[in-house]
Amino acid sequence: MSNNSSFAVEAHDLVKVFPRGNVRALDGVSLQVEEGTVLGLLGPNGAGKTTAVRILSTILSPDSGHASILGHDVVKEADTVRRIIGLAGQYAAVDENLTGRENIRMVGRLSHMSWKASRARATDLLESFGLTDAGDRVLKTYSGGMRRRLDLAAALVARPPVLFLDEPTTGLDPQSRQDLWAVIENLVAGGTTVLLTTQYLEEADRLARNIIVVDHGRVIAEGTPATLKADLGTSVVSITLSDNDAALRAARLVSSLSDNDPIVDHNTVELTVEDGPKVGADVLRTLDAAQVPIAGLALREPSLDDVFLSLTGHKSEAETETERSARMRKGGSRRRGADGEADANPDADGRDAA
Amino acid sequence: MTTIAVPTITAPAPSGHRLRWTVADITTVTWRNLLAYTRIPEALFFSTLQPIMFVLLFRYVFGGAIPIPGGVPYVDYMMPGIFVQTVMFGAVSTSVGLAEDLQKGLIERFRALPMARSAVLAGRTTADAVRNIFVVIVMTGVAYAVGFRIGDGAAAYVLGALILLAFAYSMSWGFAAIGLAAPNSETAQVMAFPILMPLTFASTAFVPIQSMPGWLQGFVRHQPVSLVVDGARSLMVGGFYHSTSSVAYSLVWIAGLLVVLVPLGIWRYRKVN
Repeated sequence: MSNNSSFAVEAHDLVKVFPRGNVRALDGVSLQVEEGTVLGLLGPNGAGKTTAVRILSTILSPDSGHASILGHDVVKEADTVRRIIGLAGQYAAVDENLTGRENIRMVGRLSHMSWKASRARATDLLESFGLTDAGDRVLKTYSGGMRRRLDLAAALVARPPVLFLDEPTTGLDPQSRQDLWAVIENLVAGGTTVLLTTQYLEEADRLARNIIVVDHGRVIAEGTPATLKADLGTSVVSITLSDNDAALRAARLVSSLSDNDPIVDHNTVELTVEDGPKVGADVLRTLDAAQVPIAGLALREPSLDDVFLSLTGHKSEAETETERSARMRKGGSRRRGADGEADANPDADGRDAA
Repeated sequence: MTTIAVPTITAPAPSGHRLRWTVADITTVTWRNLLAYTRIPEALFFSTLQPIMFVLLFRYVFGGAIPIPGGVPYVDYMMPGIFVQTVMFGAVSTSVGLAEDLQKGLIERFRALPMARSAVLAGRTTADAVRNIFVVIVMTGVAYAVGFRIGDGAAAYVLGALILLAFAYSMSWGFAAIGLAAPNSETAQVMAFPILMPLTFASTAFVPIQSMPGWLQGFVRHQPVSLVVDGARSLMVGGFYHSTSSVAYSLVWIAGLLVVLVPLGIWRYRKVN
């Protein structure tokens, strides 16, 4: 925890248990963000991403472990930390009943800037974010993309050197997402350190120098986008069968065709593999020989879902056989990175992980 | 989208005068809450209309059937009761407002800012107190229109109104705690009613205590709404209802409620995660 370290954000062994439901939202997470870079924190809903951000931004205290921002401890020096961080979240924490300008001025005042400085800063930020025309309109009239931009603008009022962005583009249309990415790139070019959580591999790929993948409150992989992708299969073979029994049977038969465990969801089986067409043909042959009739076969690019599944698959040596078969039987353990309203609960992190 | 002003590493600002910034933070949050009220004129209109309906209801529908001692017109008797009912029901908006801020993630943002911890609650309750001042002024006009007359002079009337406002302020800290405990704003509203209804109506606000069964009188006589209404009535109506002890008791209740409910609200705020 020295000021000389080149890490703007450091966390060691963070643990957070929510007593309600006894959920271990964070189970020993460590991370570092180099000054002036973006760290992408990837994970499905309920992985612990938001909990990590809330601890690093002083909103929550960890049960154990410690974290510091530019050398300042997030628990012992919370007030100092609050002066050097900005936080923008998927919950778009802005006041709907105020105008864009009033929102920024409010955050400026609450960051202890003078009236005059907050006013000037509001004008500048509205202009930078293309919101000058909308600045005096009540936020209720804003589109989703405008709201996120304003949320980000509000986070930048006090010119924080460290920025936390919690799923900044979840639920946005592609154009708004592109716009926001450009803004973030601009900030980083100017020296800001960013910790970004996301469910989108593409987003982390574009913005982050380093990526950490979390699931069930643990770090399950880390590295640069390139190294992580190299570890993944390049396509997914999806087999549809008549029912769940047939799917489980097929999964056993084809499991030797991929390094990753087959994932069963109801009557479908999915394999993450390097060479999709070849494995697809092998699957057909194998199932035909075993006289398992198939209803459909498809090849597709891996989604973030597949990334997580593949990553948890890598860990499967540590998993007991019972756990694995329970997962396969349940089929429901597929996590879907659903956008929008379902996530709009600050507690979702805790509850989903149950 | 043009280039963004580049942030530079800023040295943490000196904390300066803590108290001065606490006051500034409370002022900012109050300003924000009051501004939000003006942005929903419908809510303002209907929340003012509702107590007016109650005035008309008790003045012209129920009033004739409620005998009161002291030879005072019922309209004079009931007005302090209507006032207390109005500010009590208005305090629900403290719950609802905070539950909404929590739900929408605004409190998360506040908690990551270097502002005073107490300002979120203090700003909310202060804004609600300002709104109550406005309501009491409007209601005084309505009261006059339906025949209410001040008993002991303007100064006593204003003092009576201040007791009501202080009581409402103390209660709003309790309702703040409810709002922070509620899972959402709709529930916050529903949660407040089981507290509001018995306190407001099982009191001396609208009917004299003598008309109630004996077992209820014990509760009614000592509960805060009765004592605050009696205190306010003593000052606003005076005459037969003059009672220095009621004024004293209402002040004791207000002080007691503040001592208990302010820390309760703050404790609840700290517990929110």
